[in-house]
Amino acid sequence: MIEVQNLTKRYGAKLAVDRVSFKVNESEILGFLGPNGAGKTTTMNILTGYLSSTDGKALINGIDILEEPLKAKKLIGYLPEQPPLYLDMTVEEYLKFVYRLKKCKLPINSHLKEICELVKITDVKKRVIKNLSKGYKQRVGVAQALVGNPPVLILDEPTVGLDPKQIIEIRTLIKKLGKNHTVILSSHILSEVQAVCDRIVIINRGRIVADDNSERLVQNLSNDHKLIVRAEGNPNEIKKLLSSIPDMREVRINRENIEPGVAEFYLNAKEGSDVRREVSKRLASRNFPLLMMKSSELTLEEIFLKITTGDIYGHADKIEAGMDTRLAGKE
Amino acid sequence: MLAIFRRELKAYFTSPLGYVFLAIFYAFAGLFFWLFALDIGSTDLSTAFLMMFLVLMVFVPLLTMRLLADDKKQKTDQLTLTAPVSLFSIVFGKFLSAYVIFVAGVAVFPVFGFVMSIFAKISWLPIWGNTVGLLLLGGIFVSSGLFVSALTENQMIAAIGSFFINLMIMLLDTLVNQFPSGFFRTVLGSISIYSRYIEITNGIFSLSSVLFFLSVIGIFLFLTVRVLEKKRWA
Repeated sequence: MIEVQNLTKRYGAKLAVDRVSFKVNESEILGFLGPNGAGKTTTMNILTGYLSSTDGKALINGIDILEEPLKAKKLIGYLPEQPPLYLDMTVEEYLKFVYRLKKCKLPINSHLKEICELVKITDVKKRVIKNLSKGYKQRVGVAQALVGNPPVLILDEPTVGLDPKQIIEIRTLIKKLGKNHTVILSSHILSEVQAVCDRIVIINRGRIVADDNSERLVQNLSNDHKLIVRAEGNPNEIKKLLSSIPDMREVRINRENIEPGVAEFYLNAKEGSDVRREVSKRLASRNFPLLMMKSSELTLEEIFLKITTGDIYGHADKIEAGMDTRLAGKE
Repeated sequence: MLAIFRRELKAYFTSPLGYVFLAIFYAFAGLFFWLFALDIGSTDLSTAFLMMFLVLMVFVPLLTMRLLADDKKQKTDQLTLTAPVSLFSIVFGKFLSAYVIFVAGVAVFPVFGFVMSIFAKISWLPIWGNTVGLLLLGGIFVSSGLFVSALTENQMIAAIGSFFINLMIMLLDTLVNQFPSGFFRTVLGSISIYSRYIEITNGIFSLSSVLFFLSVIGIFLFLTVRVLEKKRWA
């Protein structure tokens, strides 16, 4: 549905987007992730025809945005970072304006009514946009992108500045839209893309540093053989007990007396092994209550920080290689 | 184009801008009508038309300053530029909206003519000729204002900038007089808007002047489109 080939954008000497390539399939939600200034917005602006690329191609349903802009733009609904609202209009007037601007053919009243209900702005329809709260403005922005029912939706940081309840609402809405739209969503919040997107593209300094199915991306980085365990009892005795598990390579006391008499341990077992059951059994057999056990996988946040602040090209390779080296380096 | 035209036209009346412009226009037109026609007992409106050049020069920028500058500032250009409409229809829609307000102002002159015709026998031809002249001149001021508005995102700068262009348009004529003859006089003289406008107010209404005014409007609209186009490549 969307194909980006070697997209490059140069602002004078600054390379904002550097040979970015990716594909988005129909009805897929792609998360575009990167720190501020990574080139997310620039890429989206090129995809929507707001900016031109210096080099490379952006195809929407096979139509080049530079060669046939009017045709390609008809397929896209765009919510820029700052919703493009005419503050002096009422919500209804504004949506009608967008409807006419996009030269829609759908029946105007029922179409706009449907959108208003979908994004829950029916009750503010008659109000002047200037007077709306930030959350409502954002929703009017989403509504604007939906006018004309374009098959592709490009949403630039759709939840920025919203309160937690609104964030959840917008996310639910995007998920719903993803069922019959192709969606690209940008964010610098990982939990967001993780929650909403099927696939994640991580971009930094204009370059793609990771591109994978979001579950696989997390899975690749998870490590069931590395555990964090909290148990009550004499730390040294527990350490000895756990060290005797066959596949165990290392047991380390992380912290003592987290609660009175409770210590936290870091366990590193052989790769590919699963020692969780054994740990639980052994602790129980000696009457050391097990209070917590979790795998010490990196959260996407940590991965992201590592990828984007470190030597990105080197790290990008390591993502594919399973990130083992990096994990070892962290602990 | 129609969508943008309708929106912008409506915006003139959801803010005080449209009312203020028309009030100023009618006030000055009325003043000149009184001073140069009623007060001296003449039915000749040409002096009033001539004086309107100065008024338009100063006040048309108020009408155009917002058009593209504010779009950039509020980022609403991201809506219009990513919608399936051509740049020209965006620019032309905006031009038309300001121009319609302007035409609503100019429409007062035929009304003056009608008022005079009740009390005296008047010749309508110069009034219509002058009105068309004023409409053409306004077209230039609106299109040049729109052009400057595309260059900046600050409305004040847009207003001052287009006032400056209008001032240059007027001063060009003084510059022409600095050259008694020769190349510069020919070139500058032939692009002088002011002298052609004076010709019209003097009752000389030629097709070449009309075409000249229309071309200048066309050039400014074309340049405005180029400015928007260039922004994408910057």
